[in-house]
Amino acid sequence: MMGPVSALLAGVIFGLGLSISGMADPTIVLAFLTLGPGWNASLLVVMAAAVTVTTIGYRLAGRRPAPLLDSEFHAPARRDIDQRLVIGAVVFGVGWGLAGYCPGPAIVGALTLDPRALAFLPGFVVGMIAFEAVPKPSARQPEQA
Amino acid sequence: MTNAIIGGLLIGAAAVWLWISLGRIAGISGIAAQALTRPRQSLWPLLFVAGLGIGGWLGQGVRHPEAIPELGVDSIVLLTLGGLLVGFGTRLGSGCTSGHGVCGIARFSRRSLAATVIFVGMGMLTATLVHGT
Repeated sequence: MMGPVSALLAGVIFGLGLSISGMADPTIVLAFLTLGPGWNASLLVVMAAAVTVTTIGYRLAGRRPAPLLDSEFHAPARRDIDQRLVIGAVVFGVGWGLAGYCPGPAIVGALTLDPRALAFLPGFVVGMIAFEAVPKPSARQPEQA
Repeated sequence: MTNAIIGGLLIGAAAVWLWISLGRIAGISGIAAQALTRPRQSLWPLLFVAGLGIGGWLGQGVRHPEAIPELGVDSIVLLTLGGLLVGFGTRLGSGCTSGHGVCGIARFSRRSLAATVIFVGMGMLTATLVHGT
C-alpha cells in the first residue's frame, strides 16, 4: 500500500510543478517552440531546474542497493539509438509543435478541465492505443526511458 | 521566471522521489500507457496520474491560470491531430519530455539526449511553421 501512496505523492508534486511553472498552459509552451518575436524561454528554465535536481538526486540515490519500497531499481537497459526511437521522437515533436501539449501537461490540463486539454485527450488516448497494435521488434519489450 | 524555477525544482523533486521510493523513472507517457492499457497489473501508475490532477488543482491556487482563448474549429483540429501524434510518437519513441527530457538526461542516457534533441527540434520547426507570424 505504501507504494501506491508514494506514487500518488510523486504525481501530486509533479503536477504542482507543471502547474506552477506554467507548463500546463499550451500557450506558454508554444511561445517557447515558436521561434520569432514573443519567444518565451520558460520551458528551458523549467527543464534546466528539473534536470539539475534530478541529476543530483539520482546520484545520491545510486549509493543505495535498492529503492525504499521495491527490491530493485527499474532503470531502462537500452543504449542504442534505434529507428523506433528516432521516428517516435519525430512524430512526437510534430504533434507537440501542433498542439503545445506533451503528455504531463495534457493530463494535468484534462484533470483540471481545461477545454484545450479535453480536446487533445481523445486523440492522445487513441494514439497510445494504436501503438499497442504495432508489432514489437523483438521478443524483448522496449524499455520506457 | 521565479515560477518556472520553483516549478522545475518541484518536477525534479517528484522524479527523484519516484526513483528513491519505487525505483521508477518518472516518464509520464509510459506511466499513462500502463494506467490506460494495463490498469490491473499494478496500482501505482493510476495513482501517479491521479496525483498529477490533484497537483494541478493545487498549483492553480498558487499561479492563477491565464484566460483560456476561445476554441475555434482550427484549434480543435490542431489539438486532435497533435494528440494522435503525441500519443503514438511518445510510445514508439519510448518516452516524452519527462522520461527522456528530464529523467533520461539526468541519467546521462545517449538515447534520451538524442530523443530530446529530435523532439524539441521538430517541435520548434512545426510550431514556427504553423503558429509563427
